Amino acid sequence: MIIAILMFLVPVWVIFASSTHTPETILNQGLQFLTGHNFLHTYSSIFFDHTGYTKNVTAARMLLNSLILAVGFATGKVIISSMAAYAIVYFRFKMANFLFWIIFLTLLLPIQVRIVPSFEVLAHLNLLNSYTGLIVPLIASATGTFFFRQFYKSVPEELLEAAKMDGANSWQFFIDILVPISKTMMAALFIVMFIVGWNQYLWPIMMTTKPEYNTILLGIKEIYQSNFEGSYLPEFNRAFAMIIVALIVPVSMVIIFQRWFIKGLVDSEK
Amino acid sequence: MKKVQFKSKYIPYLFVFPQMAIILIFFIWPSVMAFYYSFVLEDAFGVSSRFVWFQNYQDTIFNSDYYSSIVFTFVFSALVTLFSLSVGLLLAYKTNNIIKGKGLYRTLLMWPYAIAPAIAGLMATFFFSESHGALYDFLNSLGWKFDPKSDPFDAQVMLVFVASWKQISVDFIFFLSGLQGIPKSIMEASLIDCKSAVKRFWTIVFPLLAPTTFFLLITNITYSFFDTFGLIDTTTRGTPMGETRTLAYKIYQDGFLGADIGGSSAQSVILLLFVLVITIFQFKYLEKRIHY
Repeated sequence: MIIAILMFLVPVWVIFASSTHTPETILNQGLQFLTGHNFLHTYSSIFFDHTGYTKNVTAARMLLNSLILAVGFATGKVIISSMAAYAIVYFRFKMANFLFWIIFLTLLLPIQVRIVPSFEVLAHLNLLNSYTGLIVPLIASATGTFFFRQFYKSVPEELLEAAKMDGANSWQFFIDILVPISKTMMAALFIVMFIVGWNQYLWPIMMTTKPEYNTILLGIKEIYQSNFEGSYLPEFNRAFAMIIVALIVPVSMVIIFQRWFIKGLVDSEK
Repeated sequence: MKKVQFKSKYIPYLFVFPQMAIILIFFIWPSVMAFYYSFVLEDAFGVSSRFVWFQNYQDTIFNSDYYSSIVFTFVFSALVTLFSLSVGLLLAYKTNNIIKGKGLYRTLLMWPYAIAPAIAGLMATFFFSESHGALYDFLNSLGWKFDPKSDPFDAQVMLVFVASWKQISVDFIFFLSGLQGIPKSIMEASLIDCKSAVKRFWTIVFPLLAPTTFFLLITNITYSFFDTFGLIDTTTRGTPMGETRTLAYKIYQDGFLGADIGGSSAQSVILLLFVLVITIFQFKYLEKRIHY
């Protein structure tokens, strides 16, 4: 058990410890196991320096982009999929089955597989280098809809009967009854989707050619590339610091909202 | 479906409209385009194109690069699934048996879920790098001339290791919640009937976890197929000698970087068929599970 726990903690610790050293130390002596004295300098430089490898974008800006992507993605997913699931579970209409299968289809073909045409569609719509283009296409997949569909099916029938007797229409039932009782589920899905959104990699690479829209993951990649391909002194400490910064947000989400997170993850797969 | 439902001609469409619009624009449209491209050959400048029927498919299937990518993808997925599932299960089982401080152990083992594959890959490049990697030095001190930059086998070993490392926490979370779902009475009854803990595990606990295991099997396979993209792109990028390309990564390289849109689309369609088979398989199984 202890070995297993260390297996995860040690690499991250070494990266953190190394990030607090000067680039010369890392270059000459390799990765460090103990912290050094360069912590403030490294971290303030990645947050506020505009120069260097990141091409005029600070880590602060990239963090903001990651945050916008993660929050936008998670919020959009919760709203859109809860609505779609509501229509499919609570309404009797002709197309219900057909639409359900269309939504199901999206599970089959992950973004990695339809890269080129997706890129072209986005270019057609003039959405490259925009937050809309970054967020909206990712919302399409069906996981969230299934998640809510499963939950709505477990809601007792009497609730709707009672609401109907009181003369509630479909909109009132959704907003006043269903949404309040599914708050926990929404929070759970939000947490999971936040992390999924934060960790998006391929889509942001394709979608953003302007550094202003880079997410933190792309920023790290760039620093890393210039480290290995550039001719000047590699600033590994900065790359390491970026890794730590990019990890802190999703890791603390998982730890702080542990209960919701597990619920969101496990329940979405039933 | 519900017995009591709303009846309305147009309101349900209002509710599904946002999702349908997104799917239509960002999913159906590009997919149809991919399907079309897979039958078309474009000239080098992208000016003219002509319809070539199954030419792209033939070129894809009879290409030794594609063949090695298939082999790599399948072996890679099998190994990653095997390693991460078994370690995840072992850890979950141990954690579930802990009486004091279970929550702490759970937290310490589940947080790696939040590590993006791309970040895992970046960290791995440092640990396995020639100039300052601790793991690189360690493996070489064992007498193994470990060099992922030039030896395809070593690079593959590294990828399997990192991909499994990253996936263990997911399997752990699901197995742990699966174990917690087993009724206490069953565990107590088995404790009376059978003294051997190992036997108890294989005859009682493991069969009860079968649905979880099956679900995770599918999850792990799709993870190795698609989500390892970030890992590969930050570590080997298919090198050395193109021996570390999964099918999904090859589609990206050929289509986005290599501008072979027809070939890349043909590969997408083939991969789609494969995923379709897996999904149908999964669905059939799930249907059965609901009945019992």
